Amino acid sequence: MISATALGRAEGKPAQYRRFTPASIATNLVLGAFGVVFASPMLWLVLASFDQHAGWQVKVPELTLGNYRTVISYNYLDPIWNSLYLSLVATAVTTAVSIITGYVLSTRHIPLKRTIMLSVLLLTGIPVTVLIVPIYELFVQLNWLNSIPAVGLLMAASSLPFGIWLMKNYIDAVPVEILEAAAVDGVGTRRTVLGVILPATYSGVLVTVMVTFINAWGAFLVPLILISNPGSEPGSIALYQFLSAFVTPRIGPLAAYSLIFSLPVVVLYLFVARRLAGGFAFGGGVKG
Amino acid sequence: MVFQWSSLPLLMPALILIGLLFLLPIGYAFYYAFTNLQLAGPHAVLYGLTGLQNVKQLIHDPEFLHSIVLTVIFIAGSAILGQTVIGLALALIMRRALAAIRLSVGAIVVLAWVLPSVTSAFVWYAFAQQGGTLGTILHNPAGSYLVNDAMLIVSIANSWRSVAFSMLMFAAALRNLPTEVLEAAEVDGIPAWRRLSSVVIPMLRGTIVTNLLLVTLGNISEFTLIWILTRGGPVDATTTMPVYMYLVSFIYDNLGYGSMIGLALVLLAGLISLLYVRNVKDRMA
Repeated sequence: MISATALGRAEGKPAQYRRFTPASIATNLVLGAFGVVFASPMLWLVLASFDQHAGWQVKVPELTLGNYRTVISYNYLDPIWNSLYLSLVATAVTTAVSIITGYVLSTRHIPLKRTIMLSVLLLTGIPVTVLIVPIYELFVQLNWLNSIPAVGLLMAASSLPFGIWLMKNYIDAVPVEILEAAAVDGVGTRRTVLGVILPATYSGVLVTVMVTFINAWGAFLVPLILISNPGSEPGSIALYQFLSAFVTPRIGPLAAYSLIFSLPVVVLYLFVARRLAGGFAFGGGVKG
Repeated sequence: MVFQWSSLPLLMPALILIGLLFLLPIGYAFYYAFTNLQLAGPHAVLYGLTGLQNVKQLIHDPEFLHSIVLTVIFIAGSAILGQTVIGLALALIMRRALAAIRLSVGAIVVLAWVLPSVTSAFVWYAFAQQGGTLGTILHNPAGSYLVNDAMLIVSIANSWRSVAFSMLMFAAALRNLPTEVLEAAEVDGIPAWRRLSSVVIPMLRGTIVTNLLLVTLGNISEFTLIWILTRGGPVDATTTMPVYMYLVSFIYDNLGYGSMIGLALVLLAGLISLLYVRNVKDRMA
């Protein structure tokens, strides 16, 4: 599992790594220069969004909040609510179904369990993008085109193999003593999942929530094909249309809109990354 | 233990969702690929099986063959060089950098990864634009890189957006390497490049393979970034396989033939995914 804090925990290195030598100074300079160049596209976005006369160039902005005011004053925010609706449906469904399915696959006897798990893993590698034509036909037949919750369900299904795989592995790591104790106490499935599994696999749940939400929020080809009704389009499509119908003086509002659209996933990531740094929650559960 | 029938209702939601919205479309992909289905026009409703017609068209379609070549170039530039090589280099260099620089560069790289792909595409559209920041950095403000070096820009932009994944994966793998071996190699005074080629890279071999398979999967299905930056252009300079699938299906309205291109992609993704599963299975056993 890739930890969000993988880079933060480099302590405990031998002392020679920390010594200042010409080589280590060069390393830091190269990495710093890389960081500056790497950051410049994003820096442009932030500066342009506050610039009265934003252009394509990184420059000191003539400060204004006008770009944000423009974006907020029209109906431009409606698509962001659509994105929220779509992503919450996807996240709620994927997270709940992954926990239940992971629980059953982890704790109960299921025939061909290993084959099932490997098939689930295989599905994590099939991107929803390559299936867009048959999915479009399916949505036509089900009369699901332009339905935000239906597209949310599709995004849920596309994240589900990852969620099941992840949650099953997290639940496998829950100490058997905890589950046995619950069984001895005669705790039912619902209460075992909510009261025992959920707190013990908190990190896994957070990762599932984050990955599903970011995936659904950023989805572009799927809503481009499945949602054509102007009132139902999510933020990604609105941003694209804004960009396509584009004349130079609108760069500022466009930058402001991209930032507003991107903010929720950045905030979610930061929130989850901070929580994950705390490590696993079941440390205290088996002690003593 | 025996199978508890009470497990079945608990598994139902997953079975229905994956069955209806994942497995059924895969089945459909095989069916529609052999039909003359259209988005609009006479064959939108009245379509039928056309045998191997679409397969014949596919293998004789120069644009499809061109899209395969472009996809391979995109994978070489982005998945292999831009993500795997640079991701590993970043993970290695960061171990030797000051905490402040390591953490801030790491945060910037991860931030680019978290941004929605439409935002990354817009940001790169601006960056590589005529009169954009890239032209200033390269002292060539009149250069329109999206026209003259479209494939290069698309590959760099995709690497920019995705390199964090490989970097984090390699950083985690490096932390799990036994430090004694690395220290011993250092004490022995083996030059840095030899340490890399004969100690570090062999020990990371498994991670490198897994990473390559996963990022290649991401690359062969990448649509958003390319479409927003270039729409597959200029002409067809960046029309990789997913972009060609989209053009054929939803711009030229030929859903049947588009399905055949989609099926080629499904099979390709399935094959790479199968290699990935084998890789994981070997470590599970």
